[in-house]
Amino acid sequence: MEILFLLEQVVNGLVLGGYYLLLALGLSLIFSVGGIVNLAHGAFYALGAYVSLEVIKHAGFTGSIFITPALVGLLGILFERYLLRRFYTADPILSLLVTFGLALVAEQALRMAWGSAPLASTMPPEFKGQLIMGDMMFSKYRLFILGVVTVVMVGIWLLLHKTSFGRVVRAGVQKPDMVAVLGIKLQPYMTAIVMLGVATAALGGVLFGPITIVHPAMGTEIMTVAFVVVVIGGLGSFWGVVLAALLVGVVRGITIHFQPAAGEASMYVLMFLVLMFRPRGLLGERIERFE
Amino acid sequence: MEAKQNKLASQVPSSQRRTLLQAGALVAGSAALGFPGLAGAQSGPIKIGHLTPMTGFLGALGEYAAQGIKMAAEEINAAGGVMGRPLDVMSEDSVNPQTAATKAQRMIERDNVVVLMGEINSGSALTISQVAARNKKLFMSIGARSDALRGKDCNRYTFHVDIPVTVMVNAAGEALVREGLVKGKKIFSLTADYLFGHDLSRQAKRFFTANGGTVIGDELVATDVTDFSPYLLKIRQAKPDLVATNLAGNQVTNFVKQYSEFGLPYPVAGFNLNTADAWAAGEGNLGGIWPTVWHHELKTPGSQAFVANFTKKYGRIPENHAWIEYVSLKMMAQAMNATKSTDTEKLIAYFESEAQFDILKARKAYFRSWDHQLMQEAYPFTVKPKGQAKNKQDFLLFGEAVPAANQPLDMLAPPKSESLCKM
Repeated sequence: MEILFLLEQVVNGLVLGGYYLLLALGLSLIFSVGGIVNLAHGAFYALGAYVSLEVIKHAGFTGSIFITPALVGLLGILFERYLLRRFYTADPILSLLVTFGLALVAEQALRMAWGSAPLASTMPPEFKGQLIMGDMMFSKYRLFILGVVTVVMVGIWLLLHKTSFGRVVRAGVQKPDMVAVLGIKLQPYMTAIVMLGVATAALGGVLFGPITIVHPAMGTEIMTVAFVVVVIGGLGSFWGVVLAALLVGVVRGITIHFQPAAGEASMYVLMFLVLMFRPRGLLGERIERFE
Repeated sequence: MEAKQNKLASQVPSSQRRTLLQAGALVAGSAALGFPGLAGAQSGPIKIGHLTPMTGFLGALGEYAAQGIKMAAEEINAAGGVMGRPLDVMSEDSVNPQTAATKAQRMIERDNVVVLMGEINSGSALTISQVAARNKKLFMSIGARSDALRGKDCNRYTFHVDIPVTVMVNAAGEALVREGLVKGKKIFSLTADYLFGHDLSRQAKRFFTANGGTVIGDELVATDVTDFSPYLLKIRQAKPDLVATNLAGNQVTNFVKQYSEFGLPYPVAGFNLNTADAWAAGEGNLGGIWPTVWHHELKTPGSQAFVANFTKKYGRIPENHAWIEYVSLKMMAQAMNATKSTDTEKLIAYFESEAQFDILKARKAYFRSWDHQLMQEAYPFTVKPKGQAKNKQDFLLFGEAVPAANQPLDMLAPPKSESLCKM
């Protein structure tokens, strides 16, 4: 019986991994291509959750899944064009400061626009309830989230590995100078990557609003976990991030099974251990300009 | 004033020193003539230090708290202040117990506040009350509910307004017993991993055991947990007859939402739920029986007027933390007016005289002299049947006041024989 309970926690942890993945992927993409650690990434997640509340009123929940990330993605274009672009070649401390500042401004702006009281966000009733498979219990809604995350993940992978767009982006990650010598301007690619990263964060907000609560500090809350995932997975590695997200979910589930109070600490211990033995992260690539 | 002049004098050439000294003496002299006693310090605004969490898992409640005390201060000042002096309430984010203590110390030393008020987080209330005792200043702990604060950690400088954990457990627990959810039942608990949660868990276990229930599991949950799915799996594995939560702030909202998401069949109850957290959960996500210290549907004229004014001013219905801060400042003003003083000892003596306060409820309240706990009514609440809610905040169904009108007000609070408080 005990083994079965543990297995149930492991599977639930995998589902939860999808939750972390949506944020970590965008964070990792923006860092790999632009060399910028986007501390404001969580703000786009929170914004996604808030905008979704408004979009749902007009277009319903399904509509919001498509419309909200698109809207926030457009904002991401402005974010890249007028803010991030200035810092690609600058001292990294500057981009850290500016995105950190933006995160604070965004949180306060949300507080001013929607108030600091958490808002109720409810999922459509048809998603509610459990699904029993074998002896295991799943939430229907979370399986749905897992489906969406898988689609997004496969989509991004195909984009990066099977299109000419992806080839330029990957080349740009490794040898930006060589790409420039070949006469390819990296900037439009960077705009597209930021838009994509920000839109996935907003999608995270849309999907997770109904299971947690929508409040101004939700972005800051999720950022820590997203960072831990990226660091464990290794910067610049697509599969590293995927692996790390699932690992963090599973480790947390198992820890809570045995030692509930240590649940949130478990991921930091994991990060510590990984960094001890593999400072580059699990599948981190060696990227010359970051060495 | 004089000291300032002298300090200045030491920095200027000696030829000018004499004139400056004379001028200083003149100023000091005229001050003594014009305003006998402690002039100056007594004519300015009365400074009140207010600390409450405005960020973190209790931040949403803290915003209501700050708005409530601000509204009370404005009303008092519009009516002429206290002893002719306006109240100046400085509200700050207490952040965590360490920061709360630092800020409290600073408010006393640098800002010369006469009293400290506020708090929701029991951990922060504890550190502030220690600062208050060390500095011999009065601290009115408004929204913290841990038993330890008014039990083993009590001190004569701290007064407690909100209902303590024991009252919350008794108020909602009686209802659970009536519904047959305790006797002979298996109960599974989730507990917030900090002072308040531990306290609540201890009391709840005592209550369940005393009433014939068995607590088969009690899991600690860190305050920053947002995903409860691993805990929900453990509940399912334990197959309890009742899930009793000892959670706090955002935790409660997240838990009830995800509980409803997973559609677990066991009834849920809990001993701590603020109305703002219940509203955030949304209709259809909440069930169970909960206690509250006040609610906006209370039919007393005072409460109705407060709800109307608050809603007009801030554009939203007040929740219990807005109300409690509002009445707390009114109580403090009443004490200052009655004693004609802001002196700590005189205020303590007034509160300890078990003076009666109108806190907008059917019955008046008073601070019990030996543990400084406010004795007042509480209310259990449940959720309206589906489809009866008029709007997003209307799905809660509030019960009659406990203790009932014919019962003593201190019935649900721990008696002196059980209390660990020694002042």
